[in-house]
Amino acid sequence: MIKYASDDLVVSAAPHVRTRLRVPLVMWVVSATLLPAIAWAGYVFGPWVLVVTAAAVLAAVVTELAITLLLRRPQTVSDGSAFLTGLLVACNMPATGWGVLPLYVPVVASIFAIAVAKHAFGGLGQNWINPALAGRIFVFFAWLPAMTGGWAGSPAFDVVSSATPLNLLKFQSGMMQDGLQAGSQAVLGMRLAPSHGDLFLGLTPGCIGEISAAALLLGGLILILLRIVNWEIPLTYIASTALFSWIFGGLAMTGQAPSFFTGDPLYHVLSGGLMLGAFYMATDWVTTPVSFGGRIVFALGCGILTVLIRLTGSNVEGVSFAIVLMNITVPLIERMFVPRRFGTSEGRAA
Amino acid sequence: MSAARPKAGRVFADGLLRNNPVFVQVLGICSTLAVTNVFENTLVMCIGLVFTTGLSNFSLSLLRSMIPGRIRMIVETLVIASWVIVFDIIIKATLPEISKALGAYVGLIITNCIVMGRAEAFALANKPLISMADGIANGLGYSWVLLAVAFVRELLGSGSILGARVLGEWWTNWNIMVMAPGGFFVLAILIWIVRGRMERNKEGAR
Repeated sequence: MIKYASDDLVVSAAPHVRTRLRVPLVMWVVSATLLPAIAWAGYVFGPWVLVVTAAAVLAAVVTELAITLLLRRPQTVSDGSAFLTGLLVACNMPATGWGVLPLYVPVVASIFAIAVAKHAFGGLGQNWINPALAGRIFVFFAWLPAMTGGWAGSPAFDVVSSATPLNLLKFQSGMMQDGLQAGSQAVLGMRLAPSHGDLFLGLTPGCIGEISAAALLLGGLILILLRIVNWEIPLTYIASTALFSWIFGGLAMTGQAPSFFTGDPLYHVLSGGLMLGAFYMATDWVTTPVSFGGRIVFALGCGILTVLIRLTGSNVEGVSFAIVLMNITVPLIERMFVPRRFGTSEGRAA
Repeated sequence: MSAARPKAGRVFADGLLRNNPVFVQVLGICSTLAVTNVFENTLVMCIGLVFTTGLSNFSLSLLRSMIPGRIRMIVETLVIASWVIVFDIIIKATLPEISKALGAYVGLIITNCIVMGRAEAFALANKPLISMADGIANGLGYSWVLLAVAFVRELLGSGSILGARVLGEWWTNWNIMVMAPGGFFVLAILIWIVRGRMERNKEGAR
């Protein structure tokens, strides 16, 4: 077994609550629930997806090993946290055809996630933002063309081989503002937005782990039933994204007068990294509030920021930025929800 | 401090490593982030800082018995600003290209915390020559950190050193290294490594 700092804490007063939940168990279970989504992406987009995943996981594990040896920290490779981080980094990489996404992209993302976002701040349980998302954002800004181009079509299905669904949304509105006709989109090699069914099944271009809402929903539900992940963050996050995209989505849409309450919430919920973010990223134990109220505020903030960035930002997707920004505000959110101390008349904790 | 009569060797060891203005005091971070994306500009910036801290420490130390305590900050700023203007004029005349690239950052040496910090902490309490040595040592301490950061950033961000391409065609530039966040990351990682080693040496000595 791996030794953790908390093992040395002696708890004296009964009653004690016992749980079989241990860090390694949790990490491996979460990793296992991600596999269907990755396997599905591998089936739909071809084997390069699996090569990218293997590279990300290997880089994460090797970095973890190297850093713990260099810093003489307790060996934590076998607890699976680095494996899971590598897997989540891979989920954030674009699914492309054979050899299109250079392998240094997932490798550097994993190294950054483990070395800088996790170990520079003290290792497991000490990271202040989600490591996998930090890795993604780092390589996103380092190699923007690699991270946003080359979206694959599918050899297995008739998948649109152009822009991601959210790209289409943005391009459509932009082109309309430029006075172009809808017909010219076909000339430019772009098709109209995919159907909700395609989005749900993952038959659209996107990142490896985000394309199939169905597979992620399944994995997420298993995690909630096992009580590894709380239900309030995913629910609030997805619901608030749906609500705000319904209210404001119509303002940026084309072919109609801008009006409120005309957005397409289902399209926003099923596309992009929302499912992945809501179930696997925004629910990280370390970087989210511990109180129920705090989690609601946290998830609400994620939803608002996601919709804002998607509709008005220069980037097409906002989930990763939204979660990282809200991660940073967690200590402030916690202050709003300090529990009332038992036996005191005032609700203020000292 | 003046009673102890600091030795030149110790002054240099402090400025370069033990009390390095960037690593240990974490001063002068603004310019560290702003000018380190290209090695050449960084070099000029560093020369400017060594020049300014050295000479302003020297002249302030000469004036130290004549400066009334209440207005000493204003006097320090005036002296520092004069030296920065002298440096600005020199590089405008000799290196107009780099002067343009650095833009306002040369003038901003005036506000660099290291210059004022050394004037306050050292020059006002010590003799002129040793003060000048302290200024130069701290300028050099700042310089080597900046040059290390600039080296990494230009190498990764543009694949070149001093404008000459050193990495082949296979290299894909890390755009983030040219942007300000790259400066944060490289500097922070450097501080992490160097301070980690310093702490460990301290523990080993005990």
